[in-house]
Amino acid sequence: MPATVITYIIRRLFAAVVLLFIVSMITFAIFFVIPKLGGGTPETLASRYVGRAATAETVRLTAERLGFYDPILVQYGHWLKGIFVGADYDYGPAVDHCPAPCLGYSFRTNQPVLPDLLDRLPVTLSLASGAAVLWLLAGISVGTLSALRKGSVLDRMSMGVALAGVSLPIFFTGLISLAFFSYQLGWTAPGGSYTPITENIGDWAYALLLPWITLAFQFSAQYARLTRAGMLETMNEDFIRTARAKGLVERRVVVKHGLRGALTPILTIFGLDIGLLLGGAVLTESAFSLKGLGQYAIDAIKNYDLPKVMGVTIMAAFFIVLANLVVDLLYAVVDPRVRTA
Amino acid sequence: MSSSTGAQNPFLEVRNLRVHFPTDDGVVKSVDDLSFSVERGKTLGIVGESGSGKSVTSLSVMGLHKRGTADITGEILLDGQDLVGLDPDAVRRLRGKRMAMIFQDPLSAMHPFYSVGSQIVEAYRVHNKVTKQVARKHAIDLLERVGIPNPKSRVDDYPHQFSGGMRQRAMIAMALSCDPELLIADEPTTALDVTVQAQILDLIRDLQAEFNSAVVIITHDLGVVAELADDIMVMYAGRAVEYSTAEDIFTNPQHPYTWGLLGSMPRLDRERTERLQPIAGSPPSLINVPQGCPFNPRCAYDALNGDLSTTERPEFRDVGGGHFIACHLSGEERTRIWENEIRPKL
Amino acid sequence: MNSKRLVTAVAAGAAVAMALSACGGSTGGNSGSGESGFNAALDKTLNPSEKKGGVIKIANAGTWDSLDPGETYYGYSWNFLRLYGRSLVMFKPAPGGASNELVPDLAEKLGEPSDGGKTWTYKLRTGIKYEDGTPVTAKDVAYAVLRSTDKETFPNGPAYFEGFLNLPEGYKGPYKTPDMDTSSAITTPDDQTVVFHLKEAFGGFDYMAQLPQTAPVPKAKDTGAKYKEHVLSTGPYKFDKNEIDKKFNLVRNDQWDQATDPNRKALPDGYEVEMNVNADDIDNRLINGDLHIDIAGTGVQPASLSRVLGDPSLKANADNPTIARLWYTSINPTVAPLDNIDCRKAIEYATDKTSYQTAYGGPFSGGDIATTIMPPLIPGQEKFDLYPAGADGKGDMNKAKEALTACGQPNGFETNIAYRAERPKEKATAESLQQSLARVGIKLTLRAFPQGDYFSQFAGNPPFVKANNLGLVVNGWGADWNDGFGFLSQIVDSRVIRETGGSSNTSVRIPEVDTMLDAAIAETDATKREAMWGDIDKRVMEEAVILPGVYAKSLLIRGKGLTNVFVSEAYGMYDYLALGAS
Ligand SMILES: Nc1ncnc2c1ncn2[C@@H]1O[C@H](COP(=O)(O)OP(=O)(O)O)[C@@H](O)[C@H]1O
Ligand SMILES: [Mg+2]
Repeated sequence: MPATVITYIIRRLFAAVVLLFIVSMITFAIFFVIPKLGGGTPETLASRYVGRAATAETVRLTAERLGFYDPILVQYGHWLKGIFVGADYDYGPAVDHCPAPCLGYSFRTNQPVLPDLLDRLPVTLSLASGAAVLWLLAGISVGTLSALRKGSVLDRMSMGVALAGVSLPIFFTGLISLAFFSYQLGWTAPGGSYTPITENIGDWAYALLLPWITLAFQFSAQYARLTRAGMLETMNEDFIRTARAKGLVERRVVVKHGLRGALTPILTIFGLDIGLLLGGAVLTESAFSLKGLGQYAIDAIKNYDLPKVMGVTIMAAFFIVLANLVVDLLYAVVDPRVRTA
Repeated sequence: MSSSTGAQNPFLEVRNLRVHFPTDDGVVKSVDDLSFSVERGKTLGIVGESGSGKSVTSLSVMGLHKRGTADITGEILLDGQDLVGLDPDAVRRLRGKRMAMIFQDPLSAMHPFYSVGSQIVEAYRVHNKVTKQVARKHAIDLLERVGIPNPKSRVDDYPHQFSGGMRQRAMIAMALSCDPELLIADEPTTALDVTVQAQILDLIRDLQAEFNSAVVIITHDLGVVAELADDIMVMYAGRAVEYSTAEDIFTNPQHPYTWGLLGSMPRLDRERTERLQPIAGSPPSLINVPQGCPFNPRCAYDALNGDLSTTERPEFRDVGGGHFIACHLSGEERTRIWENEIRPKL
Repeated sequence: MNSKRLVTAVAAGAAVAMALSACGGSTGGNSGSGESGFNAALDKTLNPSEKKGGVIKIANAGTWDSLDPGETYYGYSWNFLRLYGRSLVMFKPAPGGASNELVPDLAEKLGEPSDGGKTWTYKLRTGIKYEDGTPVTAKDVAYAVLRSTDKETFPNGPAYFEGFLNLPEGYKGPYKTPDMDTSSAITTPDDQTVVFHLKEAFGGFDYMAQLPQTAPVPKAKDTGAKYKEHVLSTGPYKFDKNEIDKKFNLVRNDQWDQATDPNRKALPDGYEVEMNVNADDIDNRLINGDLHIDIAGTGVQPASLSRVLGDPSLKANADNPTIARLWYTSINPTVAPLDNIDCRKAIEYATDKTSYQTAYGGPFSGGDIATTIMPPLIPGQEKFDLYPAGADGKGDMNKAKEALTACGQPNGFETNIAYRAERPKEKATAESLQQSLARVGIKLTLRAFPQGDYFSQFAGNPPFVKANNLGLVVNGWGADWNDGFGFLSQIVDSRVIRETGGSSNTSVRIPEVDTMLDAAIAETDATKREAMWGDIDKRVMEEAVILPGVYAKSLLIRGKGLTNVFVSEAYGMYDYLALGAS
C-alpha cells in the first residue's frame, strides 16, 4: 500500500507542476496581452517603472532592460530559463547571478523575488496557522454545542454572531480591534508588529494575537455553521444509535462518533481556506500591516511588478495545490473507505 | 401475560407501555397500551407490518428515544427494575451490559471510520475495566464465535470491507460482548440475502442456547420467527392484536390480521405466484387512530359484526390457553373462516 | 471599491472615536507651550528644544521609490534624505516661507555662476567624511552626479542633469561608458572644487545642486542598483538595518561632525521606519502617540479628516498647509471645437469653482480655489484672475455664453472628459464639470482610464486624445521644487509632449511660451527670473488651455512628543531634519 500511495503522490505532484506552469503562463499573458489589446507598446509598459517626468530615452532604456522588445514567448522563455538554470542581472558596476530556481528580479526595486517570498513566508505561515488553530477550536466547539442544543438561546446567539463574523470585513474588525485593544487598552501589540517565532515565541504570539483573533473570528463563523449542519446530520445516523446502545456516555458519542463523522466536509473546506490563506491573507495583512505574502501581492499588483506578481501567484497556487493534496491524503486517513477505493 | 401464568420472574416485563410523540400535526401514538414479557432462555417474536410500532417499542426498552421527544408511560421492568422514569445515566449503564440490541442495517449501524474490532473493543470496555489488549483478544474470540473466518486479521478490517452477513455477525458479536441477559434483534435479517438470513437466524438461536439470555426478535416476516420464537406477539397500529405460543400462532391463528400475515409469508415449498398475498390497504394513521377496531378498514370480515368493528375497540382478551386476541369475531366464525377459507389457501 | 472605502472610512472613524474617548480626558487641557493650536506649525517652530535623545518612529503607507540619493524622486524622500546624505546645497530647515531659501550644505556657499550662467562652481567644506571615515572629495560629487545620469540603472531619478550638463555624445554613465571623458560636463580642479558646465545658461542651477543627486557617492563603494541597500552616509545618521520595502533603522553616524554643519541639530538618537503600513492605522497611531510621523506628508485619510477637524483637541494638533500642487483640468486645443480659443474660454467661464473645490474635499483637505497655474507659495507667483467666476464662485454664465457665440457654438457642443478611474476626487471633478458646463449647453461625457497608463496610453497620448475626442483631461501637478522652473517646465513646455505618450502636459503648445521659458531659465538674477515665471503663467492662462481648479492643501497631524515641529514650505510637510523626540 505505501508504494501505491507514493505513486499517487508523485502523480499528483506532477499534475501540480503542470498546473503551476499553466498558472504562470496565464499570469504572463494577462500582463502582456491585455495592455497590448488596449494599444500598449513596450514603451507604455516600461513607463510604469520609471520616475515621474521620465524622458523618452529613460523609458526606452527601461523597456530594453526589462526585455519588453522581445516577443512575449521569448520573454516567457527567459522567465522559465531563470527557474531552471538561473538568471543574470546587471546592476550597474557588475553582474549578479541569481541561481536556479530564480523567479527573477522585481521590475521596480530590482530585488530578487524568491528570497523576498521566502522571507515573507513565515509571517503568512504564522498568521494562517495560528488563526487556523483558533478558528478550528472555536468554530467546531461552538458549532457542536449549537447542534446539540438546536434551537436554544445558545444556538441562536452563536449563529447570530457567526453571521456577523461572516459579513463583517476584516478591514472593519481589524482596525476597530487595533484601536480598541492595542491603542486604548494596550492589551495587544500595535499594527505592524511581528517577531519571528525562532527569536522569541512569546513575542511572536503576542504580536500576532490580535490578527489571529480577527482572522479566526471571520472563519470560525463559517466553521461553526458547517460543524452545526454536519453534526445535525451525523447525530441522526444509525451508528450514533449503535454507539448509544453500547452504553457510551453522551460526550463520547458526540465527540468520537458524531464529530468524527461530521469533520470530513470541514476538512475539505479547511484545505481550501488554508491553501488560499497561505498564498497571502491579503486583507488581514493589510489591516495589520504585516509583511507577509498577501501584502507582497498587493504591493506587486499595485506596481505592475510582473516578476513579483508571477512569484506570488505561483507561490499561492502552489499552496492551494499542496493543501488540496494534503487534504486528499488526510481524507484517506480519516475515512478508511477512501483508502481502499 | 401468558408467561406470567406459571413461570416466575420474566427477565423483561412490559406493562401498559404507551409511547407517544407530540408533533406539529398531532400526537403520534406509536405504541398504545402494550404489554408483554420474556423470560431468560426464551425468545419472543414481535411481528407486524412496517409502522406498527415494533422499533419504537424496542427503543423504549433500551432507553434510546431522544430525550424530550417521546412521551413514555407504563412500566418496563428489567429484572424487576422499572426503566421508565429511571435516571438516564442508570439506564445507560444497563445498555450494552444487561440488554443489547442488533439493528436492521448493519452497514449504517456501524461507524464507517472505525475498524470492526475497535468498535467491539469499545463496547466491551465501556462496561469492563480491562486493557485494550485484553479487550482485543475478547473481540477476536467473539468474532470467531459468531463465525467470522480468520478473525485475527479481520478484526482490523473496516465495516465496508465486510460482506453484509459478516457485518451482521460482527454486530451480533458487538451486542454479545458483555454477555447481555436481554438481546433485542430489530429486523436482524431484513437487509440480508435469503441464504444469509437463515445463517444469521441459526447463529442467534445457537447463541441463545449458549448464553441463556432472553431474546426479542422483531420482524415483519412471520417466517423469520417460525422456528426461532417460543412466543409470538402480532402488533398492529401500536397495539398487540394476537399473542400466543409460536406453535399456536402457526397452527391456530385467530386474528384476521395474522391470517393476512400468514398469507403473505414467503414459503419455500410454494410457487412464487401463488404465495405472497399482501394485505390490501395500509395501516391507519397513528395520529388519528379510527374508532373501533383499528384493523377494521382492511378487514374482510368486519361486516359479520354489524357496526361493532367501527364503533367499539375490541378488547385484547384470552380466548383460551393463554391465546390472546383483539377481535370482535365470535369463536365459531374465526374457526370457520380459518378452517374453510384461510388454511386451504396457505 | 466604493463599499470597501465606505467600510474603511467607518472603521477608521470608529477607531478614531475610540481613541478619542481614551485620551480625551487626560490631554484635553495640556498647556505648557501655550502656542500650539490649529496651523500653529505653519510659520513658527513648535516646542523648540535642543534636547538630544529618543527615537523617532516613522511609518510609510507605501514604499520609497529608492533610498539611493541618485535615484529618488519623492518629495518626502528628499526631505528625509538630508538625515543621511548631504547635497551641495539644501533648503533651509526653517518654518514657512523661509524654507524656500537655498543654503549651502556640502558646499561652503551657494554656486558661483560664470560664463553667463553656463558654468557653476562649488567649493566643498573641509572635514566632511563618510560613515566609514573616508573623507569626501569633489570627485565623489562628480561621480555621484554622473552615475545618476545612467537611466537604465536608475530609471526613477530626475533627469535634470543629463538634460543640462554638457555631456559628451553617447555618454551612458560610468558603468557602461567608464572611459569616456566627461570634463566637458563636470570638472574637479582640486579635491574641494566641483565645476558644472552646462549646455545652456541656467540661472536656477542652485535648485539642481540641492537635488540629492549631488550627495557624494564613493566610487569604490558604489554598487549601482544595489547601492540603495547600503547607502554610505555623510549626514548625522547612517543605516543600521535596511530591509527594502519593509523597514529600516537609522542610528547616529559618529563620523559626522557638527562643526562642518550649520544646518543640522541631530537631536534624536535614531529613527525607526516601517513601510507598507495600513494608512488608516497610521492615522490612529499618530493620534494615539504610538507613531511620530506619517512620512508621505500628504495628509490624513478621508476617514480621519472629519474626525480631526471636528474635534477641537485633535484639530489643535494639526496643520493645514498649502502645498506646491495644482489640481487642474487640461483643455486640449487639438480636439475640435476646442481648437477655437473662445470655446476654451467658455469652459473657463462656465466652471463652478466652488463645486470643483468641493470635489477635492473642500477648503481643508482640498485646498483654495485656484485662478493661476502656479500656487501662491512659488516665488514670483502673481495673483490674477482672467476668467472671474462671479461673486459666488459658481461661474459667469453671461461671459460663457458670449464666448460660445464668438466661437460659433451658441448652443454649446459635446466633448469628452478623461479622469483616473482609481481617483474618486477626479471622478467627482469630472462630474462637477459635467454639471456646471451643462448650464451653457456644453455636454461632457465621462471617460475613466487606469492611472497606471493614464498619461502613457490615454490622456497623455496625443493621438489617443485626438482620436477619442478627449477635450478635457483631469490633471494635477506638483513642483519638483518651489520655483517657476520646477513647477512650470513639465506642464507648459510644448517640447516635453511626446507623440508616444507619457507627458502630463497634454494641452499647452504655445511656441511663445517655450521661448519665454528658455529666457527665464537662463536668467541668473533671481528677482528678474521670478517675475518672468509670473508672466509665463499669465500667458498660458490667456490661451485658456489650462483650467485651474484648486491649490492643494493637506491636513497633517503633529506626532505627539515631537520637538522643533514646523511645516517646511519647500516640502509642503513637516521638516524632518529639525525634529527632536523629547
Ligand atoms: N421520533 C418519532 N416521532 C414521531 N413519530 C415517530 C417517531 N418514531 C417513530 N414514529 C412513528 O411511530 C410509528 C411506528 O414506528 P416504528 O416503531 O419504527 O415501526 P416499525 O414497526 O416498522 O418498527 C411510525 O408511524 C413512525 O412514523
Ligand atoms: Mg422498525
